[in-house]
Amino acid sequence: MANRQYELVYILPPDSTEQQIADVHTQIDGAVSKMSGAIEKTDNWGRRKLAYEIGHHKEGVYVLEVINGTGELMKELDRRLRVMDQVIRHMIVRVDEEKQVIERTRSKRQADSERRRVKRGLPPQRQPGEGRPSEPEDIDDDRYDGVEV
Amino acid sequence: MAFGQGRGGGRGKGDKDKKGGEKGQRRTLFRRRKVCKFCADKIDDINYKDTKLIMPFVPERGKILPRRISGTCAMHQRKLQTAIKRARQIALIPYVTD
Repeated sequence: MANRQYELVYILPPDSTEQQIADVHTQIDGAVSKMSGAIEKTDNWGRRKLAYEIGHHKEGVYVLEVINGTGELMKELDRRLRVMDQVIRHMIVRVDEEKQVIERTRSKRQADSERRRVKRGLPPQRQPGEGRPSEPEDIDDDRYDGVEV
Repeated sequence: MAFGQGRGGGRGKGDKDKKGGEKGQRRTLFRRRKVCKFCADKIDDINYKDTKLIMPFVPERGKILPRRISGTCAMHQRKLQTAIKRARQIALIPYVTD
């Protein structure tokens, strides 16, 4: 149960200093470690333009944290982030299940292609220089033209 | 029951139009086969953080491009939909633009 993985993204005001960013991080870290979770990865995307204004801000500092923990922990984190006034927006997403699905489809595709290749009497892995050379993007591609109704 | 019966009346759009014949022909001529981009390129992961991947499916207005236009398969459209909605929440993609 406990080995769920979540992604937390939060946005800080663009004028926040390194110190403030570190502050928020330590607060989250404290809450996570208190409830026996672990931060797997922290990724600071830096300043980015927001797609729409949030509380008069047009830019924001994005921080992504990958957290292993329970649902209870995330509930607590969510509550705390709501209260923190230096965080202008945050979102928590559970990712472990999706990751598993992606991994499964990828390995299945790999296994399938290897099986087919062996059946055709080829070595299971693709050799360098084999197959069609990669083509440049097709300009005539009508995927997005949106003309047809 | 007779499903085929009502068809004749509804379909005759071209007959009402005087230049209908030409118009109808052009339409069929220019229709090309649409492929799901994610199936074709073997993209398994449609992630909300990957705006470069998502943006072609969000036209200027900010709406999600329907499947009948983009040609995306049902499974990938569903994944795309959640990705777009998540990206909107954290202001990576606009809800509306006017």
